[in-house]
Amino acid sequence: MALRHKPLTVKLAVTALAMFGFGFALVPLYDVFCDLTGLNGKTAATAASAEAAMIDTSRQVVIEFVARPNKQMPWVFKPEVSRMTVHPGEIHIMNYLAENPTGRMIVGQAVPSVSPGQAALYFHKIECFCFTQQQLAGGKNMLMPLQFYVDPALPSQFSTITLSYTLYDVTNAWQDSSAVSTQPGE
Amino acid sequence: MSAVVTDHEHDHEHHDHKPSGIKRWLYTTNHKDIGTMYLVFALIMFFIGGAMAMVIRAELFQPGMQFVEPNFFNQMTTVHGLIMVFGAVMPAFTGLANWMIPMMIGAPDMALPRMNNWSFWILPFAFLILLMSLFMPGGGPSFGWTFYAPLSTTYSSDSTALFVFSVHIMGISSIMGAINVIVTIFNLRAPGMTWMKMPLFVWTWLITAFLLIMVMPVLAGVVTMVLTDKYFGTSFFDAAGGGDPVLFQHIFWFFGHPEVYIMILPAFGIVSAIVPTFARKPLFGYASMVYATSSIALLSFLVWAHHMFTTGMPVAGALFFMYCTMLIAVPTGVKVFNWVATMWRGAMTFEVPMMFALAFIVLFTIGGFSGLMLAITPADFQYHDTYFVVAHFHYVLVTGAVFSIIAAAYYWLPKWTGHMYDEKLGQWHFWCSLISVNLLFFPMHFVGLAGMPRRIPDYALQFADFNAFISIGGFLFGASQLIFVWVLVKCARGGEKATAQVWEGAEGLEWQVPSPAPYHTFDTPPVIK
Repeated sequence: MALRHKPLTVKLAVTALAMFGFGFALVPLYDVFCDLTGLNGKTAATAASAEAAMIDTSRQVVIEFVARPNKQMPWVFKPEVSRMTVHPGEIHIMNYLAENPTGRMIVGQAVPSVSPGQAALYFHKIECFCFTQQQLAGGKNMLMPLQFYVDPALPSQFSTITLSYTLYDVTNAWQDSSAVSTQPGE
Repeated sequence: MSAVVTDHEHDHEHHDHKPSGIKRWLYTTNHKDIGTMYLVFALIMFFIGGAMAMVIRAELFQPGMQFVEPNFFNQMTTVHGLIMVFGAVMPAFTGLANWMIPMMIGAPDMALPRMNNWSFWILPFAFLILLMSLFMPGGGPSFGWTFYAPLSTTYSSDSTALFVFSVHIMGISSIMGAINVIVTIFNLRAPGMTWMKMPLFVWTWLITAFLLIMVMPVLAGVVTMVLTDKYFGTSFFDAAGGGDPVLFQHIFWFFGHPEVYIMILPAFGIVSAIVPTFARKPLFGYASMVYATSSIALLSFLVWAHHMFTTGMPVAGALFFMYCTMLIAVPTGVKVFNWVATMWRGAMTFEVPMMFALAFIVLFTIGGFSGLMLAITPADFQYHDTYFVVAHFHYVLVTGAVFSIIAAAYYWLPKWTGHMYDEKLGQWHFWCSLISVNLLFFPMHFVGLAGMPRRIPDYALQFADFNAFISIGGFLFGASQLIFVWVLVKCARGGEKATAQVWEGAEGLEWQVPSPAPYHTFDTPPVIK
């Protein structure tokens, strides 16, 4: 009796397990989908090459810079200017001011988002403080540079691009990982 | 025509000799016992979840804070939703499947009886864990039944792990139940019971079971991610670590939208059984019902992001999800048309099951229409997270799913107990429920359109009168369900003897066995003409 049911039962159980895996597979799939389409306003997490294409002087694009520390992040964090007008293809540097008003060392991680989202594919960062975690001792401040250019292939309907950074306090995760990485050596 | 019913005296299977007392219920592998346990469990959960709804409505009776703290209010809305979805509606449908599917297809029992016992008995523990979490320091889950990150990760109470484990257990229980239903239907149909001869309740449950197997594991996955994000330092949904909170909503609603059809497809099957019986006509458009159910199930995988229009998505995405959502209205319309056409020129009578089925058709359609309004992307920005949404899903879940379960209980009670229920009390139950449920949920459309947000313990003064009205409807609806318990108890204890066919117009294998249905039915498969 039960033997007759076994093949179908096993198939269904395997399907359920596969769907459990599929739930987790959605995480990388989502990232790949967003990278390919730029739908989520996510910019590339790695540096673009500095050999920019030719400069398109026939039009200008306004870049707006928004920066805010997350609620749990005590740093002061802001761009030097809030907007800039550029030609597509031109390489520019924008400095962000970070200040740690507390008495302890804090590690920050900035997470970028571009709006409108479709423009994210055309916003290239050659150098960015958001590529790595930033440490800042208590009471100190620093300038964090961003080197970027706008792709001349940017579709003409985009005349303004807003680049937003949210800065998170990742000191705990940083300590955990550095603790883990030092242990095996000892 | 004559059904072969073996009496259990000369049956040699081991569970024929059933133990008495609690052991009978703990060890049982009999589909009827397990079905009964599922149904009683669902009823108890319906009242526990209902009691939480009463707390919510008491607090919202007047603006300002009267009875509970905001944090406790949020726990009430959250646990009310979780209990009603996973504890009341889904187990009630599983209970009906256990009782009716073997009898409808001429099978002696479910295909995997021991797993059946297991899938029921882990369920009370899941809800024990969930309910216990309410008494933990910091309280239970308070992030809404949808447990959006970061509410359920960064900002949730310490008891979140209990919530996660209880959802895991509920999921395992549902998946095992679904596997059992599929294997039973595939392997145990009586000879001659071809696919297109199966009753629609069996068809809709088969499709529901496939949906369960596809999406419950995804739910298990997403709660696991919440668990590791909160306790083990992963960053699936934490932007600081490279994750994305919007990803949570995508995964959740990939489960969540098929889930709402899991809660309505068996209801379609129930109504498709009841309407022909009391219209004394065969169901109009049987084949189109099967195809409509299948296409609703397939479409349910393509519409999840209509819950997320306000998260910001490109126009192309919004249009895709909007049109796919609206497409669902077509097969649903086919179903409503078929029910109405079945009644057309039928010799209708209006016993309680038929009354609830008729109320289902009308009120579920109202819920469907407000769903269409919500599907319109630009309009959704106004409706999103307001009481309009609350009104919509209570019309489809209370006057939809719950009414169909009540209709099913009245319809098959004589078969289960061997007694007719008290028709007069049943009519009282119906009319009290019908009036109060509309007092309760209809004005929610208006306060929602006027901008009252959902999941809020306090509200602006202009909503005061409507909310008082809604709360009164809520208390009346809660009280009306006590009549239902009265009817059930009375019917279980005695009453007019029911015949095998019970209803004059009833057709199908379950009506060929005596009432009450013997402990073992169809040990020898019936012959299907």
